[in-house]
Amino acid sequence: MTKFEVRDVHMAFDAFEALKGIDLTLTEKRIGIVGSNGSGKSTFARLLNGLLVPTQGKVLVDGLDTAKDGKAVRRKVGFVFQNPDNQIVFPIVEEDVAFGLKGLKLPAAQRGALVEEVLDRYNLGPFRYHPSHALSGGQKQLLALAGVLITRPDCVVFDEPTTLLDLRNARRVANVIKDLEETVIIVTHDLKLLEDFDRVIVFDHGKVIADDEPGPALAHYVERMT
Amino acid sequence: MMAGRDPAAVSLIHRIGAGPKLLTLAVAGTVLVIVGQWWWLALALAVILALYRFAGLSFAQAYKQIRPLLWILVILFAFQVYWESWNYAALVVLRIAALVLLAALVTLTTRTDALISAVETGLHPLKPLGVDPAKVGLAFSLALRFIPVIAAQAREIRDAQRARGLGTNPIALALPLVLRTLRMAGDVADAIEARSPYSDDDELPPRFAVDIDKSHSRKSCPDNEPPLETSSI
Repeated sequence: MTKFEVRDVHMAFDAFEALKGIDLTLTEKRIGIVGSNGSGKSTFARLLNGLLVPTQGKVLVDGLDTAKDGKAVRRKVGFVFQNPDNQIVFPIVEEDVAFGLKGLKLPAAQRGALVEEVLDRYNLGPFRYHPSHALSGGQKQLLALAGVLITRPDCVVFDEPTTLLDLRNARRVANVIKDLEETVIIVTHDLKLLEDFDRVIVFDHGKVIADDEPGPALAHYVERMT
Repeated sequence: MMAGRDPAAVSLIHRIGAGPKLLTLAVAGTVLVIVGQWWWLALALAVILALYRFAGLSFAQAYKQIRPLLWILVILFAFQVYWESWNYAALVVLRIAALVLLAALVTLTTRTDALISAVETGLHPLKPLGVDPAKVGLAFSLALRFIPVIAAQAREIRDAQRARGLGTNPIALALPLVLRTLRMAGDVADAIEARSPYSDDDELPPRFAVDIDKSHSRKSCPDNEPPLETSSI
């Protein structure tokens, strides 16, 4: 299980302070992060795999400092963005999935097998030669996930993965997330997705205002928002 | 425009390596720019169309490549006829059509990753001068990938502007499109960083090593595996 240690983290963008003194230790397998728009939850998610480094404080992933060991951290922690269109970088489905293996000295046969395995896992096999821009929203999100999982991270961080999807595709992606063996940290507005999670953290104005099991944490969030 | 790949397509053109194809494209492109008589360009266009058929591609597929440019070619032709002569207008339009169709033939019959590998190999000698072949190769791939995405965004913005009664004002289209594209570029840069955790000098992590034996019995994915099929925006 991946261990995240967030120590007195502040994150500022010019004059705007997005996170104000966050202290958390994350060890659970399923963690949800909720909060209103601008509450700092997406910034927090980006700190977890070193896409952002804190302006003050430290984020450690299994003892690795995200500010010093960014690449090593990103091998452990994959990241799925809200808009899959911005995450898919190759024009053909199978080529995009293989992008995560670029740089690894893998035999062509093994590379092909890994791509095939992950495409089959998400029912993308029939689309392997298709142009990635022609996939449906749900398929694009699954392709984005496949592109991350092929690097075999221990943990996957999702930033609002169902926000841009219709109900059917959102459920489909949610079911895939539920079945993942990897540790999952998910930023979402889809509260139903978090019902059977181990822990839910609520952000507001750059601070943690609730950190509990889903029931009480979500109740606190809903009360605060209404 | 990049399209799906037809794994069953195996013409001689499909089997030629990406490097020789790009080299041929560069030489042929230079010749097409140098040639000064319209009838030679008409002949070149006919040869290129014949190559489409030879590659198992239909004329409809060739038309799809040129269709997005059609109205520009018509305006260009009319403009050149008015200011120069019909000979010169034919020369300009035929040259553009031939160049576009030839370049599209290369992308339609070659895997993108093979094209990018060829670009990277070709640029390798420039490494001591500070050129990063991997970055140029990635830029090449991103250009192919994001043309349809930006085209879709342009359509979306145009529809929204029409709904607000702004008609076909080019500034009303260009400004939000540029802003959206710049914002997207930032997100794409983050995604590339998040998705490529390995470098050329990295050793094979143990998590991949366990699959080597298993993968020998599975279907491989060789670098020169066949090609592409259609293309459209």
